[in-house]
Amino acid sequence: MRGILSISGYIPIHRLDRKEVSALFGSGGGKGTRSVAGHDEDTTTMGVEAARLALRGLDVEHMALLFATATPAYADKTNATALHAALGRPMSEPAWDFGGSARSAIGAFGFALASLPTTLVVAADRRDGLATSSDEAGGGDAAAAVLVGEATTSHPALAIQLGGASATDEFLDRWRVPGDRRSKQWEEKFGEQRYVALATEAFARALSQATLTPASIDRIVVTGMHTRAAKAVGAKLAQGRDVLVPDLTESIGQTGGTHSLLLLASCLESLAGTPGGTKIAVVNLADGADVVLLETTSSIANWTPANPIASQLKNTRPLPYGKFLSWRQMVTVEPPRRPEPGRVSATAAWRSEEWKFAFVGSKDRSTGTIHLPPSRVSRVGGAVDEMDPVPMADVQGTIVTFTIDRMVYSPSPPVAFAIVDFDGGGRFPIELTDCTAEQVAIGGQVELTFRKLFTQDDIHDYFWKARLLPSVDDESEN
Amino acid sequence: MASHGIKDQVAIVGMGCTPFAEHWNKGLDDLIVDAVEETYASTRVVKADVDAYWLGTVQGGMSGITLARPLQLEGKPVTRVENYCTTGSEALRAAAYAVASGAYDVAMAVGVEKVKDSGFQGLNAQAPPNDGTARTLTAAAMFSMVAPAYARKYGVDDETMSDVLAAIAVKNHFNGARNSRAQFRREITAETCKASPRLAGGLGVYDCAGVADGAAAAIVVRAEDAYKYTDKPLFIKALAFTAGSGAGLVDPSYDYTHFPECASAANDAYAQAGITSPRTELAMAEVHDCFTPTELVLMEDLGFAPRGTAWREVLDGSFALHGDLPINPDGGLKSFGHPTGASGLRMMFECWLQLRGEAPPERQIALKSSKALTHNLGGYPGEMVSFVSVVGTELD
Repeated sequence: MRGILSISGYIPIHRLDRKEVSALFGSGGGKGTRSVAGHDEDTTTMGVEAARLALRGLDVEHMALLFATATPAYADKTNATALHAALGRPMSEPAWDFGGSARSAIGAFGFALASLPTTLVVAADRRDGLATSSDEAGGGDAAAAVLVGEATTSHPALAIQLGGASATDEFLDRWRVPGDRRSKQWEEKFGEQRYVALATEAFARALSQATLTPASIDRIVVTGMHTRAAKAVGAKLAQGRDVLVPDLTESIGQTGGTHSLLLLASCLESLAGTPGGTKIAVVNLADGADVVLLETTSSIANWTPANPIASQLKNTRPLPYGKFLSWRQMVTVEPPRRPEPGRVSATAAWRSEEWKFAFVGSKDRSTGTIHLPPSRVSRVGGAVDEMDPVPMADVQGTIVTFTIDRMVYSPSPPVAFAIVDFDGGGRFPIELTDCTAEQVAIGGQVELTFRKLFTQDDIHDYFWKARLLPSVDDESEN
Repeated sequence: MASHGIKDQVAIVGMGCTPFAEHWNKGLDDLIVDAVEETYASTRVVKADVDAYWLGTVQGGMSGITLARPLQLEGKPVTRVENYCTTGSEALRAAAYAVASGAYDVAMAVGVEKVKDSGFQGLNAQAPPNDGTARTLTAAAMFSMVAPAYARKYGVDDETMSDVLAAIAVKNHFNGARNSRAQFRREITAETCKASPRLAGGLGVYDCAGVADGAAAAIVVRAEDAYKYTDKPLFIKALAFTAGSGAGLVDPSYDYTHFPECASAANDAYAQAGITSPRTELAMAEVHDCFTPTELVLMEDLGFAPRGTAWREVLDGSFALHGDLPINPDGGLKSFGHPTGASGLRMMFECWLQLRGEAPPERQIALKSSKALTHNLGGYPGEMVSFVSVVGTELD
């Protein structure tokens, strides 16, 4: 049986309070908050974070990787290869970008369900809009990753597919020229009418093919960038039953094509510990409607999701609107008067791919000394080329000492920087992220996160930073 | 295998040093010519006597031509050296070894840096093409990690630590105010220092060395020839150098309260010079006070105070101009300024003045011995190069 072997979402820690928009401009904004990618995050790094969570604790022998986003970090160059490298996957596995529209994520998921190899589908989006627009306030940034494959005893499925259907229609509802930050939309009622018709038809067809009745569906995920249409479709398919999965738009916004997989992750996580047998319909509205039908298995009873979305919704940091505007390059703020770093060398980056992308150090076979970055010569004993690779990306550490650099070049100064000792050995001086200077303290516990240090000559410099682990107090306060 | 040193084999017989300042009206070549001309004026050596040259500059130019062109040297061996902020000391070390080897009779070491043409404050090194994984912080940020670590280890409370660091800045400004070549010639108060804006960690503006343009030079000859060229030579007792492996950055046992490279270079220098009690055997020391906590830790690395006690001695004034062991009587990097390639030779220039009794009366120290030390470092805590020399006016 083919199904979902694992699934996770990733929501950046930053939240923009929509009230701040109208406070500044006198219009726009609204109630609630939206999620905002850090200045050092793009769809590739968010995708890596979701994928790491989805793969945590799993030993996947061979898999394909599909990456879907409407806001890619690169065009022409494949983005999925950076995810593949950051996950430390072997060269023999394929990694492909899968389209660039709001329909790509659900399409990649459907494609993976219908294909042969084990496939990790990763979706990430970073939704922009002009200041005061409903897209700015209503959009959100997030990633989701779902591992799809044949259920086995070693990798049981959390949910299996029951069927699905698509309805495809070429009509103009929302469009954006590549590179532009602003989406445009036709008169809303037109899109709403089309989506309700398309979703109704596809949903009925999917149920019929799976010989299911509407009443047999226990949970319905409805997502789409046309928010009115999504609401209308949800109301129509639910038929008054309390089966709609909360859409999270109040707290994080609508995250484009990623939203379907993110809500599916949220739905499945909420079912962790249940006996199984819950039937779920995922309906995504984008230039048609795609329906996927799933049913949880008994494996979900013993599933402990890694950093579930419910926890990520609690672990947040308010982001001032001014920072939001500067991070989105809607306003240009004065940079530190320091020289900008040079562009990354393609050849040097390629040679250190395992270190740079997967944070793999080296460990001296005779003394066990860990070297970060990897070294050919051991600093203890001096053995040469007697090292084994040691993956450290998932190892936590402790802040030994730290500093706040208010002068050094950074896309968002100041830079918090710490000397980190890793559990089980190894030390590395590393930049901290997702925190304020006041939160950093000696003895603080950190974990690693894949980020973009800066961009020069349009080359993104991807590497790892450390972020503070949420303390027990933080969790309970929120 | 051993570090033998060249004790009493080579002598410095001429020195010069430009004012260190934001020399908007002088280029690299002007600074070189000024320092070299002053050096000739200080000695009986003339240009034709100099057999070989070493130029120390971090970013001033590549190759020996950077020196040969402005000085119009013809047919001479000229080598450019670079070793971070110890570059000036490296030029001297190379020139001294060349003379000691017998390869040349007379050699000149020149250190120069034209920092203020970059358009940026502070020192800015351009990294070679790389994989983008080495996060470069400012030097201030890297050194700012020392003070809290030191305070924690030795139980010094925040307020006392703040007093200690301010006392170092106040002392060096006091000395620099008595030095016509220094970049900053104004005394400051501890309150001013403590109230200055924080740049990195707990370090404020007044905890940081000045950044200036400047040049300095020295002429070295064999010790037996020294009195031909000057009546008051400085004999080289020790030249020691340690390049760290960078282990401190990745070694969990490193605690940021000391600089092993500096202690290592000092131990080698003391062995070369036959010094067993540096605190009593030295008349003074010039040390690399790039930031106030650096000078504090160096007092212990160089053996001037036992571990964990230097902070008390700083407060007691032990290292003041007329203290037990004057440190940085010329104002140090803090107020003299820090043209990277020149600073090592600038330190030696102060020894040249003080040991010969030629410092201006307002900052001439009482000479309790005939020996002085210079200490020069480059890099950051955990990944550092360090130089230590000992010179003296007497042959042992």
